Amino acid sequence: MSKPFTPKVVTANALLEGDVVYLDATGEWARDLQDADVLEDQASAELKLLEAEARSHEAVGVYLADVVLKDSYIETTHFRETFRAKGPSNYAHGKQVELK
Amino acid sequence: MYQYNDFDRDFLAERNAQFRAQVERRIDGSLTEDEFKPLRLMNGLYLQLHAYMLRVAIPYGTLNGGQMRQLAMIADRWDKGYGHFTTRQNIQYNWPELRDVPDMLDALGEVGMHAIQTSGNTIRNVTADHFAGAAADEIEDPRPTAELLRQWSTDHPEFQFLPRKFKIAVTGSPNDRAVTKAHDIGLRMVRNDAGEPGFEVIIGGGLGRTPMVGKVLREFLPKADLLPYCEAIVSVYNLLGRRDNKYKARIKITVHENGLETIHDLVEERFALLRPQFKGVDQEMLAGIEAQFAAPEFTTASVAPFKDAYHHDPVFRSWVDTNITKHRNDDYAIVSISLKSQGQTPGDATSEQMRVMAELAEEFAHNELRISHEQNVILPHVHKSNLPAIHAKLKENGLATANIGLISDIIACPGMDYCALATARSIPVAQQIATRFHELKLEHEIGELKIKISGCINACGHHHVGHIGILGLDRAGVENYQITLGGDGSETATIGERAGPGFAYDEIVPAVERLIYAYLDLREGEDETFLQTYRRLGLAPFKSALYPEAKANAA
Ligand code: SF4
Repeated sequence: MSKPFTPKVVTANALLEGDVVYLDATGEWARDLQDADVLEDQASAELKLLEAEARSHEAVGVYLADVVLKDSYIETTHFRETFRAKGPSNYAHGKQVELK
Repeated sequence: MYQYNDFDRDFLAERNAQFRAQVERRIDGSLTEDEFKPLRLMNGLYLQLHAYMLRVAIPYGTLNGGQMRQLAMIADRWDKGYGHFTTRQNIQYNWPELRDVPDMLDALGEVGMHAIQTSGNTIRNVTADHFAGAAADEIEDPRPTAELLRQWSTDHPEFQFLPRKFKIAVTGSPNDRAVTKAHDIGLRMVRNDAGEPGFEVIIGGGLGRTPMVGKVLREFLPKADLLPYCEAIVSVYNLLGRRDNKYKARIKITVHENGLETIHDLVEERFALLRPQFKGVDQEMLAGIEAQFAAPEFTTASVAPFKDAYHHDPVFRSWVDTNITKHRNDDYAIVSISLKSQGQTPGDATSEQMRVMAELAEEFAHNELRISHEQNVILPHVHKSNLPAIHAKLKENGLATANIGLISDIIACPGMDYCALATARSIPVAQQIATRFHELKLEHEIGELKIKISGCINACGHHHVGHIGILGLDRAGVENYQITLGGDGSETATIGERAGPGFAYDEIVPAVERLIYAYLDLREGEDETFLQTYRRLGLAPFKSALYPEAKANAA
C-alpha cells in the first residue's frame, strides 16, 4: 500500500510585499494559513501547483506545504511552515501581529 | 575617510536607474522571476522567509555619522525601524517591499552607499579589521588596500561570473581581528626583514559545509604587487574552479583538490604576466586613496575627567574595562558599542540607536564609525576625556552593555527567524544564553569567551571558529543543535571539534551551562580562558560534562 496522502496547501511569497501567501478556494492569494484551500489528494495538489506556478507575476517560489486538519483548523507539520505562518520569534512582527 | 568621486556617483546613479526599470518591468509582468532574480541579487535584494531583505554593503565596515543617519532614515521610512548588522560588515533590512527598493537604493546613493556585489558569484564586500586606523598594534591602516580592492573588483568584467562567491578580508595588524584565515583571500600585514610593510597572502580559507583554515600562499608580498597578485589568484581560480558542483566550487576546494603547490606555481606564472600590465596606475590610485584615509587631527586635552570618572563610577569602570581597546594614541581610546544587551537580537540596532551613535561620532569621535564582524559598532577615535559623556549617552539608549568579548557577546546569524536557507533558529538561542548567564551573574567571572551560532551549514554565524560553536540543524523535522568546541578565528585560527550528538531546542542552553561550569572547575586560575583550558585538556572533560548520561552508562 502506498503511504497515505498528507494534505497540502499551495504557498509562495507575494511578489510585491514578499510576505507569505496561500492559495484559497476561490483562487485568490490569502495572507492567513487558515484561509488556505486544503488539498486532500495528489492529483488536485499537482494541478493547483501548476496553476499557481503560472501566476509568477503575483507570487514567487510556489510550492506545496504539508498540513493537517484538526477540527477544520489548519496546522503545519514542519516548524519552518509554522514560522512562515506566524512571523519571526524575536519581534512581534509579521503575520502574528498583522493578521490580528 | 574615502569620499565617493564623480565616477562612483555616476556609476551608482546609473546602476540604480537600471534597477528601477528592472523592478518596473518585473511588476508589469515583462520580466519573469527567473529573469529578475539574478538582477535583484546583483543589487543585494533577497527574498527571505517572511519578506524581501536588502543587504547593504558597508565597505571595510567604515561609515560616518551622516551615513549612519541615512541608514536610520531608511529603517524608519521603508522598514520596521531597525537594521541588522551582519558578520560581513553589512547591514540588512528585513522588511522592504519590492516597489520601495529603488528608492532605498537612491537614498543610499545619496550618501555614497550601495548594495552592489553583496550577492552573486562575484567578489563581495571587502572586509577589514574594525579597529583599522586606530589600533595600537597596527602596522598600517589596511583600509586603503581594502578600498583599492573594492575599486578593482567592482564591476570587474572578468570577475562577474566566478565559479562561486569570493570573499576578501584584510588586516593591518599581526593580531587578526578580521578572521582573514576564513576567507577566500586573507591579507595580513607583516614586515619583511628590511622592515618594509607587505602582506602575508592566505588563500582557501572558508567555513560553510567544508570548513578550512586558509593556507599561506606567499609569506611576504610587497604592497605594490597586491593588485596584480590578487588578480592572478582570482583568474587562476576562475579557470580552475569547479562549476559542475556548487559545493565544490569555492577556492578552498580548488586549493584542496589541486594542491597548494600547483596553485602557487600557476599564480606566480600568471602574476609574472600581469604585473607589467599594471604599470603603476594602481599605485597612483593607492596614493590618492591613502590621502583620504589620513588619520584625524588628534586633539590634545587633559585626560583627568576620564581618570576621575573611572575612579568614582563603578558602572563606567566596568564598561571601560570590557568595551575599550588601546588606541595608538595614548590619550585616545577605541570604544566598542555592544549591540548585544542580554536578551536582545545580536547585531540589531533601532533607528533611534543609530542616530545616537551617529551623533556621538560627530560630536566626540572625529565623525567615524565602524561595524565589526562581531556585530557591534565601534567609535575608533575617542579622546579619553569624552568617554564619560559617551558612556552616559549610550546608557540612556540601551547601548552601554559592558560585555565585549564575554559570553553574551554572541555572534548569531538570522537563522530561521528570517533566512530562507536556515535549518533552525539561531537568534532565540543567543538571546536565551545571554539572558541565562546574566541572571547567573557569571559573565565577568567566565571572562573571554566567544560563542558563535549559525542557523545552517552555510555558517554565516562563524560557528566553526567560536570557542563554543553552535550549529542549528533540522533533524527529522525538529530543531537540533550541534556543538563544536575549541574553534578560534584569530591569527591562531582553528576549526572547532564536534563534541557529539546534537541537542534539542530546549536542551541547548542547559548544555552550554554544563560546559561553562565544567570550565570554571577545570581552569587553572582566573586568567586561563575557556580556549586555553580547552587547548590544555582537550575535548574529553567537556564531553563528559555535555553528556553526563553517557558517562554514567559507561561506568
Ligand atoms: S548560516 Fe544559514 S541560516 Fe544563517 S544566515 Fe547563513 S544561510 Fe541563513
